Amino acid sequence: MSAILEACGLDLRFGAVRALDGVSLDLWPGEVVAIVGESGSGKSTLLRALAGLATPDAGRVLYRDAEGAAHEVHAASEAQRRRLARTDWGFVHQNPRDGLRMGVSAGGNIGERLMAAGARHYGGIRAAAAEWMARVELDPARMDELPRNFSGGMQQRLQIARCLVTGPRLVFMDEPTGGLDVSVQARLLDLIRGLVEELGLAVLFVTHDIAAARLLAHRIIVMRHGAIVEEGPADRVLDDPQHPYTQLLVASVLAA
Amino acid sequence: MSPVLVVEGLAKDFTLHLQGGVVLPVLRDAALVLHPGECVALTGPSGAGKSTLMRCIAGNYGADAGRIMLRHRGAMHDLVSADARLLREIRRETLGHVSQFLRVIPRVPALEVVAAPLRARGVAREDALARAAALLERLNLPARLHGLPPATFSGGEQQRVNIARGFIADCPLMLLDEPTASLDPANRAVVIGLIREAKARGAAILGIFHDTEVRDAVADRRHEVAPLEDAA
Ligand SMILES: Nc1ncnc2c1ncn2[C@@H]1O[C@H](COP(=O)(O)OP(=O)(O)OP(=O)(O)O)[C@@H](O)[C@H]1O
Ligand SMILES: [Mg+2]
Repeated sequence: MSAILEACGLDLRFGAVRALDGVSLDLWPGEVVAIVGESGSGKSTLLRALAGLATPDAGRVLYRDAEGAAHEVHAASEAQRRRLARTDWGFVHQNPRDGLRMGVSAGGNIGERLMAAGARHYGGIRAAAAEWMARVELDPARMDELPRNFSGGMQQRLQIARCLVTGPRLVFMDEPTGGLDVSVQARLLDLIRGLVEELGLAVLFVTHDIAAARLLAHRIIVMRHGAIVEEGPADRVLDDPQHPYTQLLVASVLAA
Repeated sequence: MSPVLVVEGLAKDFTLHLQGGVVLPVLRDAALVLHPGECVALTGPSGAGKSTLMRCIAGNYGADAGRIMLRHRGAMHDLVSADARLLREIRRETLGHVSQFLRVIPRVPALEVVAAPLRARGVAREDALARAAALLERLNLPARLHGLPPATFSGGEQQRVNIARGFIADCPLMLLDEPTASLDPANRAVVIGLIREAKARGAAILGIFHDTEVRDAVADRRHEVAPLEDAA
């Protein structure tokens, strides 16, 4: 078995800010990795660079598909990258509005992604949309409603359904539970945990929530000032943190 | 018989960066060998480092020096240098750990918590749930609780879920941190039975038992963990 995603020496500057400073990491099939760190530490930038949504100044990202073929994400053409994003990857944005089409019905949001991946049979697409609404605990009877009728937590679940309906192997999530009530967060995390386990997905997710990282992740990466300061098995990073910044992060959570 | 676990020259310090970088040395040159079918009890005063040694073996704590060699899939692997993936595989197949407290997952019923290690090994859902129910029943956890998340359970009920989760998968090496701490005598007896059965099928067991009655009932020998000042 080899890594599904390998990044090596990623640098990215925004003016004087080094958003990514020599970041290297790998992700293995079925592995769930959390990226934690203070705001502005480069977590979202890293996720976007890995998913081909931002272009690093230096370094490379390699994605290995189900057949074992390697794709260099930033050397690929825009069309190749879009194809990977449609068939092999999913990206869940913090704000559902960035991941949904607000002018399209709930069922349409799910079906549209299936069609982009090549599905043509209308009845089959509608049935898959209904099935996925149920899987993310949305009432399929509401599939013709627009997403704006849904609460934030429901919109986020719809975004997850849209992302997973095509059966991606690799999913990126940027603060998937950010901006939601605590009780809604817990339910959403639980849903994500179940789906990730059931589907055996490789997941890279950014979170501020240490408890969420402990709950979902096999491995934790700690970022500060654009660099990885510590990484390891989730329970080891949280129970025996080595870096001063990780100790601060863990201590702040326990105090809260 | 060849050992399941060989610990050599293990050192562990804690550096508390938030307390001005004070360094707490806990383990120096710790050594331990465990063979199939034996149960070793870690003893020593409070704060000596028993749990620390066990957590290093469990992989929860990193070690600063030394080796923790563990037999997994027929070969010895060093846990000190194992990466996250190997550690996960070892925990899934070889290394069972009953920690002192259950870490509850919101909304997941007790039965699923206990069945999870079997599911991770590829056992079919129905089968795994049936075995989980049987084990929880043996530990006298009322059937009406099986379908509920353990978050609201009593300490002793949570501990029984934890024990069932640890024992369900027949791991070749088991780590038990005070497994009977909050149990009544009847359930303590059940746990003694589980430990004896595990030994009989060839599992090696490393335990911390403050309950000397349990310790004497299951341990073949003791391994003293001495506080560093005394050892020096
Ligand atoms: N995660 C940690 N961070 C910092 N210090 C720690 C950590 N875990 C343990 N220690 C310290 O290591 C020393 C040994 O603790 P440990 O829990 O291993 O003792 P023990 O022998 O299990 O004691 P007891 O019998 O009271 O359970 C103590 O001084 C403790 O404060
Ligand atoms: Mg202890």
